[in-house]
Amino acid sequence: MTETRKGLGSTTVPKLSVKEHAAPGESPTVITVNKLDVHYGTFCAVRGVSMKIKENRVTAFIGPSGCGKSTVLRCFNRMNVLIPGARVTGEINFFGQDLYAAEVDPTEMRSRVGMVFQKPNPFPKSIYDNVAFGLKVNGYTGNYPDAVERSLKRAALWGEVKDRLKENALQLSGGQQQRLCIARALAPEPEVLLMDEPASALDPISTLAIEQLINDLCTDVSIIIVTHNMQQAARVSHETAFFMVDDDRAGYLVEFDDTSNIFTNPNDERTEAYITGRFS
Amino acid sequence: MRSPSSFNHHLGRRKILGSIALVVFMSSVVVGILGLVVLLAQVLFQGLEWLSPELIFNFPSRHPEQAGLKAAIFGTLWLMGLTAAFTVPVGVGAAIYLEEYATENWLTRLIEVNIANLAGVPSIVYGLLGLALFVQLLSLGRSVLAGALTMSLLVLPIVILASREAIKAVPETYRQAAFALGATKWEVVRSVVLPSAYPGVLTGIILAMSRAIGETAPVIAISALVYLTFVPQNPLDRFTVLPIQIFNWIARPQEDFRGLAAGGIIVLLIVLLSMNALAVFLRNRYQKQSVE
Amino acid sequence: MTKSLISVPTTNSDEPHFRRRSKTWEGGAAKWLFLACALVSILTTIGILVSLVINAWGFFTEIPIWDYLFGTRWSPILKPRDYGVLPLVSGTLLVTLIGALVAVPIGLASAIFLSEYAPDRLRRIIKPVLEILGGIPTVVYGYFALTWVTPQIQKILPDLLVFNALSAGLVLGLMIIPMVSSLSEDAMLAVPRSLKQAAYALGATRLEVSISIVVPAALSGVIAACIIGISRAIGETMLVTIAAGATPKLTLNPLESIQTMTAYIVQLSLGETPHGSLEFNTIFAVGLLLFFMTLVMNVGGHYVVRRWGLRYE
Repeated sequence: MTETRKGLGSTTVPKLSVKEHAAPGESPTVITVNKLDVHYGTFCAVRGVSMKIKENRVTAFIGPSGCGKSTVLRCFNRMNVLIPGARVTGEINFFGQDLYAAEVDPTEMRSRVGMVFQKPNPFPKSIYDNVAFGLKVNGYTGNYPDAVERSLKRAALWGEVKDRLKENALQLSGGQQQRLCIARALAPEPEVLLMDEPASALDPISTLAIEQLINDLCTDVSIIIVTHNMQQAARVSHETAFFMVDDDRAGYLVEFDDTSNIFTNPNDERTEAYITGRFS
Repeated sequence: MRSPSSFNHHLGRRKILGSIALVVFMSSVVVGILGLVVLLAQVLFQGLEWLSPELIFNFPSRHPEQAGLKAAIFGTLWLMGLTAAFTVPVGVGAAIYLEEYATENWLTRLIEVNIANLAGVPSIVYGLLGLALFVQLLSLGRSVLAGALTMSLLVLPIVILASREAIKAVPETYRQAAFALGATKWEVVRSVVLPSAYPGVLTGIILAMSRAIGETAPVIAISALVYLTFVPQNPLDRFTVLPIQIFNWIARPQEDFRGLAAGGIIVLLIVLLSMNALAVFLRNRYQKQSVE
Repeated sequence: MTKSLISVPTTNSDEPHFRRRSKTWEGGAAKWLFLACALVSILTTIGILVSLVINAWGFFTEIPIWDYLFGTRWSPILKPRDYGVLPLVSGTLLVTLIGALVAVPIGLASAIFLSEYAPDRLRRIIKPVLEILGGIPTVVYGYFALTWVTPQIQKILPDLLVFNALSAGLVLGLMIIPMVSSLSEDAMLAVPRSLKQAAYALGATRLEVSISIVVPAALSGVIAACIIGISRAIGETMLVTIAAGATPKLTLNPLESIQTMTAYIVQLSLGETPHGSLEFNTIFAVGLLLFFMTLVMNVGGHYVVRRWGLRYE
């Protein structure tokens, strides 16, 4: 059974339903990257990245700092173009459609690829308004309170805030704020969720809660998570991409494989060196 | 669970709104700039023909062709000189205290609150202060000295603010090096902080003076005259300043005096432009020096 | 005592003590001197209050404060004498209102453009130009209002008097645009980038981010900017003296000639009224009221920022 959904721009693209998912390792692809280069002015930040991100799986980007993990991540929702002088070459396909094609509107596209940032950044508004913002700008036609409740439940925050939705979001603890940011990002019902080191600013208990959340969410949302914490990548992801930085400070993809392979039997010796902590 | 069709992105409408908003926002900036352009055009249009040596070197007169700014120019020079003499030491001294000596206590907060409030007091109120205190109580009469004392209080917050910024900008390492060599606080201030902050302080003084030159209201309250045909010979003489003379000419009904006023405005604006250009030049040079 | 080969200046073991003592004396004196300079600010505020109150006292002993604050006719010189300040206050507020109606929307819109839309290069050009607007002496604005704005408006509204509140108000608005714009822009630039990024990542347009996220987050700063601009407008003197008129009148009609509080003080200062007389002391009574009005606004502005500002994290 297939249902058609509106593709980017105005073409329709067939989409496989959940039932037809093949065995792990044979999931359909949600994002295809082909020879991606990113330049900031004359500086090459990322070079020649090619990969296939699987649908409804967790993909982790690991690697030393400055190797372009976040830069590649931000290409998936066209956020890097907010930086003046940024240039993206190569191909990124979202459900088979070129993300950077002229007829694709970044505003609409960003409602389908959501993002959670490293430091929790809730708006200085009420908890309810934070989650409702994504519904408002994207013209949600259904019942707002229900949708807000749904998002907060998906982010495992509903129980803690259901009696104080009108309170200012900044009153929440760090871990709660980050879960609120996740709920906020989930409100427009994105198909992909990009997470840029979502737990690095949190305490260990909140970190575990986020990781549990990622586990539960990935059945409906494809998750790509950048993390500098290798153990977290091993715990959370199905597939891992290992990046490194060149002598001329350009990032590139070294290896991309099932997480179990990367961490127990990597193909590349640089991967092995990183995994075993010889450099970080 | 996922129902993407329940979102109506209204992309077309939002884009149009965005474009309209951009036009509105840009127009606002244009309005401001256009107002400035029209103002300057009007001044130049009416005043250029009145620029002549007579304008600078003559005393005011009932005949527009003979009227000039001599009394006003000298009065302005006297006023600015005396004002600087008062406000610079006090303003820089206050800034030094606040930046180098003061601790976080109620007195410091009270001083800072006062400075912030004084910056917002209307200038005519300073004129009333000067009238009551300097003209009457201290019996200085309606003299340029009384005017200078009043003006120096008016621009004091500007001098203090600019000097504080300049002193704050002196790197802490300079001070620490001097302390480590056994200097006292005063020696550090005198020999390290002040010489380093000096260009920034000077810029602040120039900006304060350029503000003072254009201030009319307090001077009117002090001097109570707009028509003067002599230059001050000593600090206790009466005086007039450029903006007051301009005001006097504007208030006259004859068309020629309007043109004279515009001419006077051109002179005033040239003076202000030069002072601000000087301040900007000093600021740039200072920044280059500190980078080395 | 053996003579050393290297000549060394003989040091008196007492010298360092002397030096240190004179060091502290000088340093101590310096500190007190600078403190005295800083205290001038407090003395100035006290001086303003005292000089206004003492001289206004002479007025209030003769005229009941009730009549002053709520009287609707102001005629301290010409008979029949009346000392109700409301016409002056209404003149001030009318001109200020017109100015605010001009400056607040334009200043706010300019601030949004400069902080959210304009590329850096453009900002660097526009900002100094707007700042020039703020540096022009107010007599020049008065001249402009009288010789260009009024005649232009008279082409559309022939009933407009030569001296009127509308021209003065419009030019007053032009004059305080840079203040409102610059302070609002500072408040908007202080909104953390991460908030804007989160909004863009949810699929918001630049307009939506500016209006729904940036302006509400910067609201306390924006309100403070408006309050400070209005306070400046209330205290403005030369522009209204030249362009708005010298006829105190309790009216809301901007086409009429009025007189503001500040213009009255100028008018009386230039007159022949003897010092110490009741008529002369009216300028201190008006000045006192003016001082309190601007003080309340300035304190209010600071309070707004302190209480509601900077709540981003």
